[in-house]
Amino acid sequence: MDKTVKSSDEAVRDINDGAIILSAGFGLCGIPENLIRALVRKGSKDLTIICNNLGSTDSKDGQIYGAGLLAKNGQIKKFIGSFPGPIAKLPWFKELYRSKKIELEIIPQGTLNERIRCAGAGLGGFYTPTGVGTPIEEGKEKRLIDGREYILELPLAADFALIKAHKGDRAGNLVYRYSARNYNPVMAPAAKVAIAEVEELCEVGALDPDSVHTPGIFVSRIVKGETYEKRA
Amino acid sequence: MKKGLSKEAIAARAAREVQDGMYVNLGFGIPSLVAEYLAGRDVVLHSENGLIGMGPLAKQGEEDPDVINATKQLVTIAPGGAIVSQSDSFMIIRGGHLDMTFLGAFQVSENGDLANWKVPGEDNIPGVGGAMDLAVGAKAVVVAMTHADKDGSPKIVKECSYPLTGRRCVSLIVTDLAVIRVTGQGLVLEEAAPGFTAEEIQKVTEPKLIVSPGLKEIAV
Repeated sequence: MDKTVKSSDEAVRDINDGAIILSAGFGLCGIPENLIRALVRKGSKDLTIICNNLGSTDSKDGQIYGAGLLAKNGQIKKFIGSFPGPIAKLPWFKELYRSKKIELEIIPQGTLNERIRCAGAGLGGFYTPTGVGTPIEEGKEKRLIDGREYILELPLAADFALIKAHKGDRAGNLVYRYSARNYNPVMAPAAKVAIAEVEELCEVGALDPDSVHTPGIFVSRIVKGETYEKRA
Repeated sequence: MKKGLSKEAIAARAAREVQDGMYVNLGFGIPSLVAEYLAGRDVVLHSENGLIGMGPLAKQGEEDPDVINATKQLVTIAPGGAIVSQSDSFMIIRGGHLDMTFLGAFQVSENGDLANWKVPGEDNIPGVGGAMDLAVGAKAVVVAMTHADKDGSPKIVKECSYPLTGRRCVSLIVTDLAVIRVTGQGLVLEEAAPGFTAEEIQKVTEPKLIVSPGLKEIAV
């Protein structure tokens, strides 16, 4: 089985206007930076981006990178995540928010993860104690289990997942590196099409099965990332 | 005007709550300074982006962009460290596997309610991160913060006016002026900053404090 595509541009060719996208990473660590740049070039609009934080700043030049590039380019209609991050302090972003040109849905980080996990795992939702007694519980079913209050949270699925791994083989088996793992293994199974970019692409059989973090069954396309800036 | 503890001294006092063998998570702000006072201790630091066993900040030349903490700082992995996905990291948090978390706060109420994620007002963009999960999941929630906000208003209040992060979750409050325990009877003032009396601390605290018979000075 060979799922490789030749370029990041080809990998995102069918991400059209209005798509719902899971974009992995935490801060600028483990982000699909080549796929994001390709999506900026493609210019698809009205995207819903599900991501922990909406990009972050590079400590050296202070500029926004990651999924924040899509917001800067006016491509995002809605951001679903746990923490907008430093972008929330920028005047142009505040203006987008104030004028309701971008909608924000803020979800506790653990709930965000578990909702995505449910979508990939075929589950209809879960009861969590997180958010009980806070504005997060508004409009949600509540249930007392063993004397403790829980709220019902529903799955969060997407059309595409943009994944970044350190290594991968042509069949889509992936290996992450250190804290760049973060959301990647959770997001890959939760989209109709998961696109993985890797720093190192290898032949099928080159990876030790015991070291594979995400098996290729969750990955639709794999591409060797053209350039890695790996900003922090 | 008299000065209370510095941020570093608040962190140092908060760090004395940690016992050897504990698994501990540190939030943003003053809590992140607690790490410095745990150096060399037999304590495992959990960072919610998926790092269990966080080491010190990376020195120049040692930085690896694939190794960051939840504050997005370049850090190191301590010997015996482990990497997990976000999903497993929050299983650790919600599942009650963390012994203690240190969090910052906008407000803490008399009964231990915590508000630390959202400032009221339509134009204020909120961000919650892992705070709500930590508030319900950690075995002990210690708040480390300044006693009053910038305009002098008490941050320890009868009822939080800011949106809540969690209900009845805080067990101890460490500030620049005091160490206060949240109990079923109310807030107990256990320690006062050097040079401050219980009356002076009461003046900048909205609910009535119960002064512990063993009230002592915070050792700095």
